[in-house]
Amino acid sequence: MTDSPIKTSEQIAALKGLLTPIADREPGPVLLCLQAVQGHYGYVPEGAVAVVAEVCNVTRADVHGVFSYYSDLKKSPPPAISVRLCAAEACQAVGGRGLAAAWSEACAADPKLAAATGTDEPVFCLGNCALGPAALVNDQLIGRANVATLKSAVEAAQNVTEATR
Amino acid sequence: MTVWFVPRDAAALSVGADAVATALEARGEHVVRTGSRGLLWLEPLVECADSRDGRRVGWGNVQVCDLEADGLSDTAENFLGVVEELDYLACQNRWIYERVGIIDPVDADDYLAHGGMVGLQRALELSPATVVQAVTESGLRGRGGAGFPTGIKWQTVAQQVPVPHKGDPIDAPCHKYICVNADEGDSGTFADRMLMEGDPFCLLEGMAIAAHAVGADRGMIYLRSEYPAAIAVMNEAIAKARDRGWLGRGILGSACDFDVSVRVGAGSYVCGEETAMLESLEGRRGTVRAKPPLPAIEGLFGTPTVINNVLTIASVPSILARGAEAYAALGQERSRGTQVFQLAGNIARGGIVEVAFGISAHELIFDLGQGTKSGRPLKAVQVGGPLGAYLPADKLQVPMAYETLAAQGAMLGHGGLVVFDDSVDMAEQARFAMEFCVEESCGKCTPCRIGAVRGVEVIDNLLASDAPENTEQLLRDLCDVMTQGSLCAMGGLTPQPVLSALDQFPEDFKRVAARVDAATQGAVHE
Repeated sequence: MTDSPIKTSEQIAALKGLLTPIADREPGPVLLCLQAVQGHYGYVPEGAVAVVAEVCNVTRADVHGVFSYYSDLKKSPPPAISVRLCAAEACQAVGGRGLAAAWSEACAADPKLAAATGTDEPVFCLGNCALGPAALVNDQLIGRANVATLKSAVEAAQNVTEATR
Repeated sequence: MTVWFVPRDAAALSVGADAVATALEARGEHVVRTGSRGLLWLEPLVECADSRDGRRVGWGNVQVCDLEADGLSDTAENFLGVVEELDYLACQNRWIYERVGIIDPVDADDYLAHGGMVGLQRALELSPATVVQAVTESGLRGRGGAGFPTGIKWQTVAQQVPVPHKGDPIDAPCHKYICVNADEGDSGTFADRMLMEGDPFCLLEGMAIAAHAVGADRGMIYLRSEYPAAIAVMNEAIAKARDRGWLGRGILGSACDFDVSVRVGAGSYVCGEETAMLESLEGRRGTVRAKPPLPAIEGLFGTPTVINNVLTIASVPSILARGAEAYAALGQERSRGTQVFQLAGNIARGGIVEVAFGISAHELIFDLGQGTKSGRPLKAVQVGGPLGAYLPADKLQVPMAYETLAAQGAMLGHGGLVVFDDSVDMAEQARFAMEFCVEESCGKCTPCRIGAVRGVEVIDNLLASDAPENTEQLLRDLCDVMTQGSLCAMGGLTPQPVLSALDQFPEDFKRVAARVDAATQGAVHE
């Protein structure tokens, strides 16, 4: 279980400071608030649902319902590098299933790679259907992907992460 | 001075366009970043304006190493000549995509220089009713897949009075909304994304025309989170449009107030269904609403709402600028104007083809697309996304239009064609259609929520060696229940790929059974 960064009253107040302007400005703010939480922490930590509920003036059950519905919203911290392979038809037609299997094997063979990228869920369509198989490494779209191009994209993403640190 | 054009479209970036642009800039060249022409197999496609006549010549599949030594020359192997004269582009009739790949998508002056805002200016000179009439007369229908006549939808919203948000006090501000559905989740479709990344002002102009026509004051674009580049371009374009007075109070000096914001999806396919999209825009779970009430009468936050697909709205500026009659002259039967076809999957020349309705799938795939990328025989084409039917190779003469495809038990959907070669196992594809529905069903109605789970099981049973004789009939019955009983297209159309695979490729279902048989026997022997 990860230690939630939303525990102390200061932490809660800081989160309210982030969310209140959204709730005041936007109609129907629950999803926007959850997305803002995830944008801030990288995931939706324990305790965030209660704060969103209070700020938006809805029940915690309502917020939890939204949180649990959308596959983008995560309840645990994401891997350092997110690698999402397209699992939809256009990429299947050019070997997407084979690439997914090869990528799993590559990760299994390389513990460092596996630790950096974690186990991400597949994604259905990245809109790069004429240049498949497609993958999204963090925010970088990869076309005609293979294990080698994915590995170099992960390396590039690692360099970016280190440079911004 | 020579001007270079390098696409910034996500597809071009996915195969290295950024590195090429950076390398050109490092050599001191003037580089303009554009959208993509839609000739995706040639990306990164770099263009250069001829200093004499301004015509743009291009090079395909450019990599940084091509720029070394003498750089790109007209004797290079990947030199394409004048880009607009390439057969793939020359045969197109671009209305929606007229500027995509040509202009810098976030340069408002470039937009004006290439005919932007002419449609909105013309619309503002006309009465709202006349604008609605023009859209009706153009024959434009919803490009998201349902094909509902746009003019009639707009007419319905125009007739409503604006109301406060549901739950707000009665004296709260009244609104009508223009909602653009940019939740392009169908596999094999990318035309919304490329339009937003290549000509975002066109979408905003279309929304402003719609706002004037129906009396809306607010717009929202529901954009999927899988498109980070499109989100960034749209937001930048909205900020610039506000600076120019194209959005905000009194657009272009008229009495029309209209502003737009982007809301980002959160990974749910079914939110592309219009009522689920409204729920999501309101910040709730993206479950489907029962109709009535129609969104045109009681839509976003309970207000009268136009919901249109990106391509529908983006068709409107050129319809106003060039005339509804010219648009309606294109196409056939009740499929008027142009459709943006997207050639995807296992295809040699994949990309965007905007032509009048009526072109055959065969022409699109073999004449323009030049067959499969693998070079193997084509086996099936899925038309219209993951809920669309699989057409076998001998049924591709069908003209691509709403009516002709419906007559074949298929649908146009969002205009995507996904090509498969003979290595595809159609039983696996049928199973995937059900699996996808399990994954993405919103859960509101039983035929979809439970039916999809049972669908996967029944297909597995059908493929097992000891399948009872009536298993296929069971699958057909289940598909019938889903088709007739589901609340929306998710459950209602999932049977389309399943049944088309079963009807057109029955041998694949038997072959798998034989293979499973062999595998289990092998396992037993070990």
